[in-house]
Amino acid sequence: MKPVRIIIRSIRDSFKNIIRNFSLSLAAILCATITLMLVSVSMIFGANVNQITEKVESELNIVVYMTKVTCKKDNSSCNVEEEEEKIRTNFESELEKLDLIDSYTLKTKEEWKEEMSKYNNSYKEMFEYLGEDNPLVDSYTIKVKDAKSLTDVAKFINSINGVHQTKYGEGMVEGIISAFDIIKIVSFGIVVALVLVTAFLISNTIKLTIFSRRSEIEIMRLVGASNASIKMPFLFEGFLLGFLGSIIPIFVTIYGYIVLYFKLDGKIVSEMVGLINPFNFIFAVSACLLIIGTVVGMFGSIRAVRKYLKI
Amino acid sequence: MKFIEYKNVSKTYSNGITALADINLVIEKGEFVFITGQTASGKSTLIKMLYREEKPTRGTVIVGGLNVSKLRNGRVYKLRRKLGVVFQDFKLLPRLTVYENVAFALEYMGMKSSDIRTKVYKALEQVGLKDKARSFPRELSGGEQQRVSIARAIVNEPKILICDEPTGDLDPDTSKEIMKVLESINKDMDTTIVMATHDKEIVNRMKKRVITIDNNTIVSDVEKGSYKVHETR
Repeated sequence: MKPVRIIIRSIRDSFKNIIRNFSLSLAAILCATITLMLVSVSMIFGANVNQITEKVESELNIVVYMTKVTCKKDNSSCNVEEEEEKIRTNFESELEKLDLIDSYTLKTKEEWKEEMSKYNNSYKEMFEYLGEDNPLVDSYTIKVKDAKSLTDVAKFINSINGVHQTKYGEGMVEGIISAFDIIKIVSFGIVVALVLVTAFLISNTIKLTIFSRRSEIEIMRLVGASNASIKMPFLFEGFLLGFLGSIIPIFVTIYGYIVLYFKLDGKIVSEMVGLINPFNFIFAVSACLLIIGTVVGMFGSIRAVRKYLKI
Repeated sequence: MKFIEYKNVSKTYSNGITALADINLVIEKGEFVFITGQTASGKSTLIKMLYREEKPTRGTVIVGGLNVSKLRNGRVYKLRRKLGVVFQDFKLLPRLTVYENVAFALEYMGMKSSDIRTKVYKALEQVGLKDKARSFPRELSGGEQQRVSIARAIVNEPKILICDEPTGDLDPDTSKEIMKVLESINKDMDTTIVMATHDKEIVNRMKKRVITIDNNTIVSDVEKGSYKVHETR
């Protein structure tokens, strides 16, 4: 019962203290509010960029064109279809061996022929003229699991028997991926830096409030309050300041992001570049803000109190 | 019973200044003792060792059987709950009422509110300030403020009341009042009182045990003594 009483009194004291030193408390809360707002923006921006980059990366394909199989007229044992079948089977079995590949789709030369005929009349005429012969080749569209492996996978595929050409936007792809990496690192770095700034600001402000109460702390010591019971009200005060500082950012984040999402209809420019769905994401961000605010507030207090507690 | 004992106590600061040199002193339970001497004679330092605001560089200080000089820092607060200390500058919290000031220590011990009420009013009655419970320190005279400090010091019924120049900021008449209060506490509550002072009038009038410190050592220890001034300066 005794420790419970002490805790309840500490919480009550911390409320009193915040109100009594209201202008200082307000300064700390405002600092936390501004910084947590920036943290929120960074988190949302970073998370969305992350989602977009992942989506784009997953869309990066390797297109593989197989070699044209021809048979000499006088070679009766050579069958084009059979040869092509062999090449395809071999190719697919090689692909299956490779763990890095997510999926692959075959588009036969017949499918190409049909598609091109539909697409353009002059192609249609040309194919009609050629009759049985199909000058086109089979192709595979390959999706990899990790966009970073594109170059290596393409190299490997190129070495497989029957492959004529692999295309994956080389040069450009690597550029896109490294750009995305930089964006991810930078936004994470910004978030970390901002959290540290918030910690510093809250800690500093609480140092000021404690400094203005040093005579009170001295009396507490002389009168026989244990170190723990002296620290406790300040701990709660830091917790409260961080908590109060996170309220406005949380509301603005929830309201603002939902409005933004519905205004943009869930996408930027096109379907491919989609924003993260608000529900659950927004609450996760809010929870993060709350935790950052309160934890940072408490650490700020403890550090400041330690400086003034002698013995 | 050897209630308070200083055994070969010395205090030297790191800058070489000696505050106390080889003090040996015994105070029995229930005594009323004056520690006198010029400013910077070491009397405050001597007193501070009782509640561990200072630690001796050599020797031991024993209070109620407990070796306070060897006490771990984390345990000092427990010692202070069993003592009462009164200061020259009162050390009251200006934003709290008289009642709240006196209740302050008890709140931090986690005592029940009803128990706190009983003890606080008992202490206020002992110092004659029951009707000022709701006042703030700034509304009180110097003498009344010091009485509030005394009430706070005795609220948990300590065995020892330590006073560090309690009448230093008060005029002679008010000082007399305060001494009356202290004397009644000594008699009614059987509290041992150790008081550091350089107030000649009070010491000479009260005829209690007087321990004089000069040049960092005890130069005289007299029952029913009077204020001694040494010519060695």
